[in-house]
Amino acid sequence: MLDIATGYNKYKFLGNEFLTWIWYLIENNINIKELINSDYKTITLEIGNSIVLENSLGGKTKERISIKGDEAGLEEGKTALKKGGVVTSISLLLNIDTEEFKFLIKGESINITGFKTPSFKPENNEEIEGAIIEKAFFCEKIYNLIDALFNKFIEKRSSDAFRDKDFHKIKKWILS
Amino acid sequence: MAFLSSTSSISRYYIEGKFDDSIMDNLQTGLKKHSIPEIENEFGEVSAGWAPFENPYKPDFNKYSFGFGTYFLFNLRIDKKSIPSKLIKKHISIEIDKRLEKSGRSFLSKNEKSEIKDLVLDNLMRIIPSVPNIYEVLWNYEESNLFLFTTQKAANELFETIFLKSFNLKPIRLFPYTMIEKKSKLSDQQKDIIYNQSSLNYLK
Repeated sequence: MLDIATGYNKYKFLGNEFLTWIWYLIENNINIKELINSDYKTITLEIGNSIVLENSLGGKTKERISIKGDEAGLEEGKTALKKGGVVTSISLLLNIDTEEFKFLIKGESINITGFKTPSFKPENNEEIEGAIIEKAFFCEKIYNLIDALFNKFIEKRSSDAFRDKDFHKIKKWILS
Repeated sequence: MAFLSSTSSISRYYIEGKFDDSIMDNLQTGLKKHSIPEIENEFGEVSAGWAPFENPYKPDFNKYSFGFGTYFLFNLRIDKKSIPSKLIKKHISIEIDKRLEKSGRSFLSKNEKSEIKDLVLDNLMRIIPSVPNIYEVLWNYEESNLFLFTTQKAANELFETIFLKSFNLKPIRLFPYTMIEKKSKLSDQQKDIIYNQSSLNYLK
């Protein structure tokens, strides 16, 4: 295994490619539940109110495109993709069966920020324990889904079929 | 209990290794050994350690629980003294004036000024109280999975150091490379393919 800092820097591009792929899945209505073979009844993903892209302009110079706001269109983001940009962070709305989760995920670290779970003010020890377990359950639910999606992406990315099929489909979407 | 009510930021770790004997005993020993000191360190800029989830200001792991269902939950508390630069500037200026008046000279040497700065910093550090920052640690021991409720680099680094010292188990931060190493089911051959690829260029 590589040194942690080296591994982080050398392969952070995979995280950004992963988020770009998630945007492709959402825009092309690809069935997430079927894709990751999940036992949940329904899984839907939507883009939330923020997306940040980065485009290398050669050397260490980078162009950063940040789209924020509930009514913001994604055209500028699409234009950035057409110039070779990748998604570096994206805000997502995730529905798993009847539960809705909102969070922002960063590509290079897969860190989550702005993760909101239902607010609950426990009044006794039993309620505290229940609330903690529920919160832990929500966190694991989100990350299990992220892991399943990331594993699917990496599995595809390492296959010949990716170069022959998926790559061209994504390219077609980007250039459309 | 901000953990239960507010919006969270999360960084995730894979915990390498398991305890050889009693989980609870090892955990309690590690938490106690590296709990945040109850008495504030007068001279230290940063002080960090574990504190109970239920009462982060009373680091008593005999009184407060850290096991909730199948999870362990406790806090990483980082107490930090930060002195505003304007305050330092003010006190240095006062001290320089005092020194000049006492000596009857019109200027001080570079060394004297540097000495005054160190003295001022020491004095201010002693009188300024630490500001506590509290980050929850949620650990699913069986799954070797741990959530640290912050994404601040300094907090992550302190967490990693204190965790290893406390439990002798290595926390490995999960990001694309370590997710492939620790969480994926890719074969060595598939990993080699991934590791030898460069970033995709859809414009080719």
